[in-house]
Amino acid sequence: MVPCFEMSDDTVFRALADASRRKLLDRLHQRNGQTLGELCRGLDMTRQAVAKHLAILKEANLVSWRREGRERLHFINPVPINDIAERWISKFEYPHLRALSKLKRSLEGKDRE
Amino acid sequence: MNKANQSSFVYVTFIRTTPDKLWSALITADFMKEYWFGGNFKTEWKAGARWELVYPDGRVTDAGEIEEFDPPKQLVLKWRNEFRPELKAEGFARCTISLEPISDAVKLTITHTIDRADSKLIEAVSGGWPQILSNLKSLIETGKVVLTEAARSHAR
Repeated sequence: MVPCFEMSDDTVFRALADASRRKLLDRLHQRNGQTLGELCRGLDMTRQAVAKHLAILKEANLVSWRREGRERLHFINPVPINDIAERWISKFEYPHLRALSKLKRSLEGKDRE
Repeated sequence: MNKANQSSFVYVTFIRTTPDKLWSALITADFMKEYWFGGNFKTEWKAGARWELVYPDGRVTDAGEIEEFDPPKQLVLKWRNEFRPELKAEGFARCTISLEPISDAVKLTITHTIDRADSKLIEAVSGGWPQILSNLKSLIETGKVVLTEAARSHAR
């Protein structure tokens, strides 16, 4: 495995380029700190497929984890996404972009929270 | 968020530096001011000491006690919000900052946990940390901060 800090943005984009992996991130965003078993629940994927996607997300540092007894809890790690966003979003644009995104969500009724 | 009676997040970033340099960045007042958007950590930096995050207008936003001070490996803070009553009412959370050298970089892990479900405090601090970590990484690796205090206060 390539050491995470040598990762290029490519690793992050490749990890995000798959709908199943984005779905897993959505589920962690909804409820953080889930076991592999919990993440598999209600998904149309085998446990092995979920484990494989999780491994790719971990390699891209988009998912972190913590041991809790015998279990391993998975957490969404948005730091690489923030790094990418800050590359193109100037500091003065943040408030305006946030306002636009809020407007879009409220009009389209797609608030994920 | 995770277990029925617990809320937490675990953030990880890799910074090309040494544990000693990163540790001193984490606890040096001038340095901290730059990446905490103008806030200043006031403490004696030893186990058992009280800490406060103080802003230039005198407002103390968060405060607590240093539980563990183990340079350059681990810093554990008891953490309570002080200026939003509904967050203060949730009581103390625990913030663990761990440094682990990996080749020519340091893996920095921030874990924030509170023993209650659906914590508003965890929700509130989870938004700030990714920006703080990006700032820290950028400051250490390039000497520049991406998001400044002005932009941040504008965003509130």
